[in-house]
Amino acid sequence: MHHRLDALLPLAGAILFVVLWWLLALSGVIDPVLMPAPQDAAVALWKGFADGTLTHDFWQTVWRTVLSFVIATAIGVPLGIALGSSSRVYAAVEFVIDFFRSTPASALFPMFLVIFGVGEKTKIAVAAFGAALVILFNVAYGVMNAKKTRQAAAHVMGAGRLRIMVDVTLWESLPQTFVGMRSGISLALVIVIVAEMFIGSTDGLGQRVINAQMVFDMPLMYAAIFAAGALGYGLNLLFLVIERRFVHWGGK
Amino acid sequence: MTSHSPGSPHITIRGLTKAFAGVPLYDGFNLDFARGRITSIFGPNGCGKSTLINMIAGLMPMDGGQVLFDGKTLRETVIGYVFQNYRDALFPWKRAIDNIAYPLVRAGMDRAAIDARVDELVTSFDIGFDLKRYPYELSGGQQQLVSIMRALAPRPEVLFLDEPFSALDYEMTLSMRDKLQEVFHATGVTMILVSHDLEEAVYLADHVLMLTRRPTRIAEVIDFGAPRPRTSATLSEPGFVRAKAHALDVFQREVRRAP
Ligand SMILES: Nc1ncnc2c1ncn2[C@@H]1O[C@H](COP(=O)(O)OP(=O)(O)O)[C@@H](O)[C@H]1O
Ligand SMILES: [Mg+2]
Repeated sequence: MHHRLDALLPLAGAILFVVLWWLLALSGVIDPVLMPAPQDAAVALWKGFADGTLTHDFWQTVWRTVLSFVIATAIGVPLGIALGSSSRVYAAVEFVIDFFRSTPASALFPMFLVIFGVGEKTKIAVAAFGAALVILFNVAYGVMNAKKTRQAAAHVMGAGRLRIMVDVTLWESLPQTFVGMRSGISLALVIVIVAEMFIGSTDGLGQRVINAQMVFDMPLMYAAIFAAGALGYGLNLLFLVIERRFVHWGGK
Repeated sequence: MTSHSPGSPHITIRGLTKAFAGVPLYDGFNLDFARGRITSIFGPNGCGKSTLINMIAGLMPMDGGQVLFDGKTLRETVIGYVFQNYRDALFPWKRAIDNIAYPLVRAGMDRAAIDARVDELVTSFDIGFDLKRYPYELSGGQQQLVSIMRALAPRPEVLFLDEPFSALDYEMTLSMRDKLQEVFHATGVTMILVSHDLEEAVYLADHVLMLTRRPTRIAEVIDFGAPRPRTSATLSEPGFVRAKAHALDVFQREVRRAP
């Protein structure tokens, strides 16, 4: 009996959150213009998706995030493999990569604006850059920390260097690669949303949030924030599911 | 013909030299391993047992010297290797059966031949678990059994085993020793077994290679000729007790000897 209810526990937290929000709005402590009731935000969300405005913004953000992520993966994975397979090359560039990885991507916007101009390209480029570094770092780490015993086993069974790379090292690095891709797409989403807010956008969830805030349409603002949150959560979940299918041996 | 008879030299090591950080481990080391016999290697911790078989198996470079298999180089020789840590040696992304087939795939065999060889191994090992499972779904003993089958799949001339049972519980160890004896009986493959358990080293071996502390030399090679299959009764026979007591003497003498 207890166990069946346990499955509903996460739902309890969500309900508690909405109820608290609702009570707070009802109490009138906060100006209702700034803090609309949850049902108002829910209606705005519904309407936004029904009339297509939020739907369009949502898909624009998804498109930019996914495109950045694909570019980041295409760059980060091969470079990560190359880096991880040579400890000397890695030692040479580790500091630079770690430095840029630690640099807030938002600080790079002006630089990328100069190169790519005010438009789609800059948003994609910064998001791809940030995500690529995260992916690269994780892939390189995974490749470097591949189990020496497994490589030795393959070697004894007649595998050459390239074979060992393909048959062992790449598989070994897969769990860490997925960690990198998951962090990478989350970071890409963050950067895309910020870019949509401040870098001459006419659509996207980031632009919708800031626009709603400027015209004081608070229900819509919360609706757009919720949509962005759901997107982030969904992407993370999607990657976890893929990871569990692909890397079934992870952590075992 | 005579040069290929059981007991004749199979692996010859001449002038083997190896140092770590300038400190010699092996210095002009010579040794022959007998064909179609089980030779176990026993010696103090850190004396270089793993390093020795890793160099022979090509997993670690030698500083100098020569290792030949019937006069052939390692490249021209099919070998098998069973690692102590089966968890880190099997490929967890492959099913047990595909792990076993891996060296056959690497050898360029076609699918039908691979299937036939794997079937043959499965029959001779008489295993009681599903090879369609992934390694992490198997018990430790089952995983090490898969490792041994994988190592034997390409019909190696020599099988190296580095403390293959030390991560298993005692009950499992006993049954694995007998499994290994069966394999030896069925294949006659030359086996080099590193063991840190003196009882095991003597019980399984035709020859026990006793090593000194580093710089490592051969303290003595003890022959143990009890007939096979050996059983738990062997452990209490005078011949075994004597051989083991003698091995222990040699070991203690070597451990006490001032470096
Ligand atoms: N890669 C290495 N680098 C430096 N020293 C090593 C390395 N591998 C082994 N050694 C040293 O060589 C000696 C022999 O090691 P090993 O062959 O593993 O011993 P055993 O298997 O007999 O316990 C030990 O003293 C060990 O510290
Ligand atoms: Mg060892």
